[in-house]
Amino acid sequence: MTDVFRFDPLALPPECETLRGEVRQFIAEEKSAGRWRSESDFASSYSPEFSKRLGARGWIGMTWPKKYGGQDKTFLERYVVTEELLAAGAPVGAHWVADRQSGPLILRFGKDGQREEILPRITRGECYFCIGMSEPDSGSDLASIRTKAVPVEGGWELSGRKIWTSNAHKAHFMICLCRTSPVDANDRHKGLSQLIVDLTSPGISIRPIKNLAGAEHFNEVLFENVFVPADRMIGEPGDGWKQVTSELGYERSGPERFLSSFRLLTEFVRRASNAPDAREAEAIGRLVAHLATLRRMSLSVAGMLQKGEMVNLEAAVVKDLGTNLEKEIPEIVRLVAKRGRSPNKADLMEEALRYGVLNAPSFTIRGGTREILRGIVARGLGLR
Amino acid sequence: MSDTLVAEVAGKLFANLVPSKLVNDAEAGEFPDALWKAVNDAGFPDALAAGAEAPGDLAGLADAAAILREAGRHAAPLPLAETMIARWLLAGAGLKSPEAPLTVAPVERDGSLLLHRAGKGWRLAGRAAGVPWAQQAAGIVVVAQGQVALVAAKSIDIRPGKSLAGEPRDDVSVDAEVETAPAAAGVDAALVYRLGALSRTLLMAGALDEVLKLTVQYANDRVQFGRPIGKFQAIQQQLAVLAENVAAAGVVAAAAVEVAGKQGDFPFAVAVAKARVGEAASKVAEIAHQVHGAIGFTHEHRLHHLTRRLWSWRDEFGVESEWQQELGRIAAARGGDGLWPLLSAW
Repeated sequence: MTDVFRFDPLALPPECETLRGEVRQFIAEEKSAGRWRSESDFASSYSPEFSKRLGARGWIGMTWPKKYGGQDKTFLERYVVTEELLAAGAPVGAHWVADRQSGPLILRFGKDGQREEILPRITRGECYFCIGMSEPDSGSDLASIRTKAVPVEGGWELSGRKIWTSNAHKAHFMICLCRTSPVDANDRHKGLSQLIVDLTSPGISIRPIKNLAGAEHFNEVLFENVFVPADRMIGEPGDGWKQVTSELGYERSGPERFLSSFRLLTEFVRRASNAPDAREAEAIGRLVAHLATLRRMSLSVAGMLQKGEMVNLEAAVVKDLGTNLEKEIPEIVRLVAKRGRSPNKADLMEEALRYGVLNAPSFTIRGGTREILRGIVARGLGLR
Repeated sequence: MSDTLVAEVAGKLFANLVPSKLVNDAEAGEFPDALWKAVNDAGFPDALAAGAEAPGDLAGLADAAAILREAGRHAAPLPLAETMIARWLLAGAGLKSPEAPLTVAPVERDGSLLLHRAGKGWRLAGRAAGVPWAQQAAGIVVVAQGQVALVAAKSIDIRPGKSLAGEPRDDVSVDAEVETAPAAAGVDAALVYRLGALSRTLLMAGALDEVLKLTVQYANDRVQFGRPIGKFQAIQQQLAVLAENVAAAGVVAAAAVEVAGKQGDFPFAVAVAKARVGEAASKVAEIAHQVHGAIGFTHEHRLHHLTRRLWSWRDEFGVESEWQQELGRIAAARGGDGLWPLLSAW
């Protein structure tokens, strides 16, 4: 049973620490030039200008081959860049999905032409993606999607509806999971495919959905007989499920799964000053212990990904523990911190706390719900 | 030997020699002499001392840690961690260790055992509460005033007590001349306390692995409503939380061992590990008992050999809140902008 999970220990190689210094220098320059202020969460920021400056440093798509605009760097080097940017609250939202998910997907399963056309643009920080998975009747039960693509002359005709699509209104492309053949009752995972959809194509309408915090990040996307050229199919028709599930280790184990409330904790520590009372010290220390542990686990998964290991189970563990901690931080800070009185006064901690409380419900839903993750862990334990 | 090989050897020895009855008998007051002899012959209590490359270094910690995790997994009722630390202290100071079990004191931050000059030698005086296995130990090793002192059992007044797990935790008072030698460089009472905390962390990590195994096994075996209870989502979700906490505990305990002896990193890592693993112990024991139902609440079932140890080890050498406060003060001293550099340095 000890062997249910594997979390190999990992020491970051020296080149990672050199790189960390460069990223910190870059962030310090950005901040001293007043180019942005810290955001709480990868999902809440959007700055094409920042993405382009980051691309110019070679820090988008950095693990990809040089011929596609990448830097041939290791996954651990990418990890260091990512965690530094997130911890600083840098506005990574524009290129985030393309860098983490869509680019690697195209690199691994895509066609040469797709790689040559799209990947260099992503690495320059000028091409953004969104993820077309959820639908009005398909959330956790992803295989039940109904958006379909039927073969037509020269390509596919796409019809259906996607929902909760973050940044669809600002992205250039969607990777759209769709049905390319009818449901096989014996294997629901058959007949699913992924298309790269140009969001400027005729027949697409995008409607923003305001969330409870008042922000418009996610959208409903309607496809009405949208033509998608044949060369925009990723891999072969029917490969969609395999593609979707093979990327889960990357999506679920990264530092964005435990750092969404980090800005709030930073402000809480600042507020506590260098003379915290016992209750503040205890609360801060507990959160530090959890974060330090999660970072070790997350780094361990990054190391195993670098070695090409299968880590979906370990990634589910990191995401469940990490996102629950993200939710706990605002609840602890609101009880323990010395609070500002006025909601109108500029107060960085109160502002981060408001963000945290209002956005916390999303942390354990997006990218795989708590219940789905725990189901994956239970399967790993041999219970199902 | 690699630490995985050490773990295998230790795991086999404990699996063979620590049946439930032995644990019960030990808790009833019968010290397991044969087990101690086997463990001592295997060299386990020497792991920390024998692994040292220079007096007082922690090069032996990887092997010692592997043994302690196995001891925790099997609830081995012995002063193994205490003797490891005591022999390491004595060896580092150039003093000879007896073959019999030893223990260390104090086991609180604010212990009051003081060394005084007495003629040419030293005299140790004071009290210490909750000293593990003092009744069974040939002596207590104390670090104070830059000296390592060995107090022989005959010089100690003992008021016996027991932990929640039925392990001896005795109040002692001493006023006697003692054998001493200067402690190795960097060795002080704070380091002994930290090693004590790390030993409890490792014992807990081992016990947590075993609780996970027992609980999954039980959920697969126990049938209600016509199917194993592990088939119910309500149980699966609980077991997932249990398993995640076991995984976190294993990772953070190992990480603390990895940075052994590194300035700065080690105190931080031990504080993180003791705080996090203690919290995991509480969560895991709670869920394990809930899943086991009434049978897990009986004396007959061995789950309590592990859970009562988790409940006592989480309190020893600093309860979670104590280490959390230490971490909180470290973090606050660095300030808001120092928080990420602190976390990412380790």
